[in-house]
Amino acid sequence: MLEIRWHSRAGQGAVTGAKGLGDVVANTGKEVQAFAFYGSAKRGAAMTAYNRIDDELIINHEKFMKPDYVLVIDPALAFSADITANEKENTKYIITTHHTKDELIELIPKLKGKSVHVVDCMKISMDTIGRAIPNTPMLGALMKVSGMFDIEYFKNAMLKVLSKFPQKIIDANMAAITRAYSEVK
Amino acid sequence: MAEKLKLQEVEVWDGNMAFAQAMRQAQIDVVAAYPITPSTPTVHGYAKFLSDGYIDGEFVLVESEHAAMSGCVGAAAAGGRVATATSSQGFALMIEVLYQASGMRLPIVLGLVNRALASPLNVNGDHSDMYLGRDAGWIMIDAFNAQEAYDLMLMGFKIGEDLSVRLPVIINQDGFITSHTAQNVKPLSDDTAYNFIGDYKEVNPMLDFAKPITYGAQTEEDWHFEFKARQHKALMDSSKVISDVFEEFKSLTNREYKRVESYLMDDAEVAIVALGSTVESAVQAAKDLRKNRGIKAGVVATRVIRPFPIKEVAEALKNVKAIATLDRSAPGGTMGMLFNEISAALYQSESRPVISNYIYGLGGRDMTQADIKEVYADIVKNAKAGKLVTPLQQFSGLRGPKLSFFN
Repeated sequence: MLEIRWHSRAGQGAVTGAKGLGDVVANTGKEVQAFAFYGSAKRGAAMTAYNRIDDELIINHEKFMKPDYVLVIDPALAFSADITANEKENTKYIITTHHTKDELIELIPKLKGKSVHVVDCMKISMDTIGRAIPNTPMLGALMKVSGMFDIEYFKNAMLKVLSKFPQKIIDANMAAITRAYSEVK
Repeated sequence: MAEKLKLQEVEVWDGNMAFAQAMRQAQIDVVAAYPITPSTPTVHGYAKFLSDGYIDGEFVLVESEHAAMSGCVGAAAAGGRVATATSSQGFALMIEVLYQASGMRLPIVLGLVNRALASPLNVNGDHSDMYLGRDAGWIMIDAFNAQEAYDLMLMGFKIGEDLSVRLPVIINQDGFITSHTAQNVKPLSDDTAYNFIGDYKEVNPMLDFAKPITYGAQTEEDWHFEFKARQHKALMDSSKVISDVFEEFKSLTNREYKRVESYLMDDAEVAIVALGSTVESAVQAAKDLRKNRGIKAGVVATRVIRPFPIKEVAEALKNVKAIATLDRSAPGGTMGMLFNEISAALYQSESRPVISNYIYGLGGRDMTQADIKEVYADIVKNAKAGKLVTPLQQFSGLRGPKLSFFN
């Protein structure tokens, strides 16, 4: 069982990202879960979304999770949200930030000694998509860090997930995924 | 002519999408609805399918849930296939009309996405609304995940519309935990799904002007009792049709449903009885306890809540030593519904397992694997002692000091 927790603000696309990842994973024959804590979340409110991925049917419906990956797609949430909650010894963090990894760890001391990766999904999504929707670039970064799928396979699968959008938006998302894949450190 | 949608072999749908897709495939004549969280996406999804040309039917956006169910009653009496969806306060507002629908023997299908009842206000999932409707004379079936929400919504039409049943049907699923969690779902093709349900069969349609009839007549003491007795008999007798439809669905899809579901029960000594997504979480906990602790744990669930499968549930539990009944609804001054119903069922059999009651998960409080394992630990103690050594009723997952009754 692979478990992923997303830290996001409502409206940044964490739920869409989690479901998009779910779509891709389900196409490979694996079982997935994608869910979120909504509460009475308004646009901009801090929220969390989750993925479970397994070879067998997933029957555990508890919300509690000890994540293998923590994906932070809003830069400020790395500071204000409890991103290390229920972490495991080998939990990997992929954090959206304009800081370098060393700068970020110095600013957030609790990340010291942990497996931390940084990528500026905000800048990438602004440059490519033209809006601050950092979910698809985060998926590109996740592919690099986790090695879950070959990037070309993943992009092909995402084409299907994004097929309802105009070509221009699909192209921009593909560019965002590719850039985050190559820029994550 | 409605357009068809080509679905993949495996879709990633949440429970609401599962409901909306099954409703689309059923080609309903009239949906009257007033959207409410967390069932809104069911209604929204259905309305979108309709406006995109995938459904030939009427969608009536009404001014309240009372009006929604009233619209459903009118359309069903007129002679059409009818459905709606709601949750919580919306369901509470429908209650008066629910009794009208069942009394008039109208096979309306209601997708009920379970949510807590205010006050205090809460949009998250528990079974307060499900429990509120249990005397309304509807067939009540429970889905534990999105796949089951899809399957059972399809089967709901076939069950309720059967000529020997003609009763309304509620299909329950957990708010958010099921309704907003995307999982792998294997749908049927549009043609296969529709052919499984079949064309709607009219019975006494009001729009047949050649044969005028009355719905909802006034009876008083002269005929009321006979009406209600006949209605109850129809509900009790629907068990056979429900089992037959489950069987037919299995031969079509290889997915098996039973009025009482048993998991890991062959050699179980302790069992949890529950509803909703907690059933599956409990199976996960039972598997872990068997593997790591050697505890012979099992799970039993009443897939069909009305008509209550008294004999089948007693049979499923006859060999265990201790049972925990898990109720996700504030019991309002007594034991939880499952405790009462399961105890009553077992009292009609030879076996006398030790039985206790847990109230949990109100307002969406997470039922964790650790919580479920604590319940199992309790009933292992009861099983070993051969008598109740824990309180009869406890609250699981409550913050603050432990709360229990009949200690």
